[in-house]
Amino acid sequence: MYVVDAVPRTQYYAIDALKLDCGRTLSPVTVAYETYGQLNAAKDNAILLLHALSGSAHAGFVNDKGEQGWWYDFIGPGKALDTERYFIVCSNVLGGCSGSTGPDSIDPATGRPYGLGFPVITVGDMVRAQKCLIDGLEIETLLAVVGGSIGGMQALQWAVDYPDIVRSAVILAAANRLSAQGIAFNEVGRQAIMADPCWQNGDYYDGTPPRTGLALARMIGHITYLSEQSMHEKFGRALKGADGYRYKFSEDFEVESYLHYKGNRFVERFDANSYLYITKAMDYFDLRDLTLIKSKMLVISFSSDWLFPPARLKALVRTLRRKRKDVTYCDVQSSRGHDAFLLEVGPLTELLSGFLDNVYGR
Amino acid sequence: MQRFDQDIIVNLIPRGARVLDLGCGNGDLLTKLKRSGVSDIRGVEIDDRCIAACVRKGLTVFQGDIDEGLGDYDDASFDYIVLNQTLQVVHKPTLVIQEMLRVGNRAIVSFPNFGYFRIRWYILTKGQMPKVDFLPRDWYDTPNIHLSTISDFQAFCRTRNIPIERLIGLKSCATGKTVGHFQNLLSQVGIFVIMSEREVPN
Repeated sequence: MYVVDAVPRTQYYAIDALKLDCGRTLSPVTVAYETYGQLNAAKDNAILLLHALSGSAHAGFVNDKGEQGWWYDFIGPGKALDTERYFIVCSNVLGGCSGSTGPDSIDPATGRPYGLGFPVITVGDMVRAQKCLIDGLEIETLLAVVGGSIGGMQALQWAVDYPDIVRSAVILAAANRLSAQGIAFNEVGRQAIMADPCWQNGDYYDGTPPRTGLALARMIGHITYLSEQSMHEKFGRALKGADGYRYKFSEDFEVESYLHYKGNRFVERFDANSYLYITKAMDYFDLRDLTLIKSKMLVISFSSDWLFPPARLKALVRTLRRKRKDVTYCDVQSSRGHDAFLLEVGPLTELLSGFLDNVYGR
Repeated sequence: MQRFDQDIIVNLIPRGARVLDLGCGNGDLLTKLKRSGVSDIRGVEIDDRCIAACVRKGLTVFQGDIDEGLGDYDDASFDYIVLNQTLQVVHKPTLVIQEMLRVGNRAIVSFPNFGYFRIRWYILTKGQMPKVDFLPRDWYDTPNIHLSTISDFQAFCRTRNIPIERLIGLKSCATGKTVGHFQNLLSQVGIFVIMSEREVPN
């Protein structure tokens, strides 16, 4: 019987230098990561998990601060990513703000945080940093790369860039490019941050960060992660107070209060510049040539997701099918919008565990 | 229940063939094909529980309706396209058959035969839509919207110049017994192998 003997601990892997798509080289680079389960002797049970925009390396279990991982329900003994069988690695993306090198890291050239001096990064760069980590952990093949949203974009990039390493790829609520609508929402979020006077052209680390702007960006983002139906079911027109309308521009409705809460909580843990950089990487993502892929693939859309609607994922699957790639597609019925990839535990566990069982083959 | 119709279909398909199963359900036929050594197999299925069952079996499947399952494939992408016990539920049978023969070199089509004598007898004596073991549902409760007979399908192919390579009349799916004569009268199920024009020698 496997015993979870320790709380997961974020570890740090150092890379001397990383060449970026923009032409610049970033040096040094730190990659924050967590692992769950044990790498077996044959080293063929490693799964790389890739987080979405606001995620971190802390994906599973409960850490020493008492925080559940962002995919807590999917990682652990007997869960979709079964820690009794698989070795799971999750790292914070390059450009992130939860331990990996990003715009809030110290630029060795100036001794101050990079801010906007941080190079513009791509999903390809994020994957290249992850590859260094995987090499550092002496993992030669990945049983699977798994990710949702921008994590799914990374999974796809992995399958294209390292076809001989990636045995399978699971792409949740993501496609091979971001739609015009997705870019539009990202741009509105960025404009909200940059319009905040505290943003100071990205150089705010000595003073007050642009909380208002970042909270607003998060609120906009949150609307796109939910669906019309889920908002209706969750909040309807419910009022915050018991006395009816207040006839003021304060919070009247539950939905307003929820968005404010989400926004305010987000600024406590996230860096505004990271938000700019990661959303930009998402916008740039446009993988046209999928010919090199060799992995077995599982692509999953969610019926009410309007950020990555089923039609976009189907278009990706069609392209892959025409190229005779081994791709399975499932549209999970859910009212929970884009966030469904974090919430639909039952159907996703069934699909993921069945899929991984077969790839692992023992 | 043993599905002898599936076993017959498996025996019609050579190893090394590229196969697409339309309406693959829980993936039973695909699994039998896999076990018999046919490896390049895919399925199309609309029901998500069935998709999960197929994934569990290690099959490669696409969730969508049958038209979607074919539209984006190039001509002659498969050697065999299977439509097992599904023709009677599709909305546009002509289009589906045409597409099957565009994307596949051969199509295997099976359906319940409405010309079967017990069905004829049922209608003759009761004057009602037949409810028999292999067509158990009431008229208002059935997904079957395009029921036909073996003879109907032969005429369908004749008028469209679709070559029939083989016809197997199955006396019953449960026993697997085939019928040599009077197939339209004595078969519960008809299994056709039809060919694309491309496959016909000049």
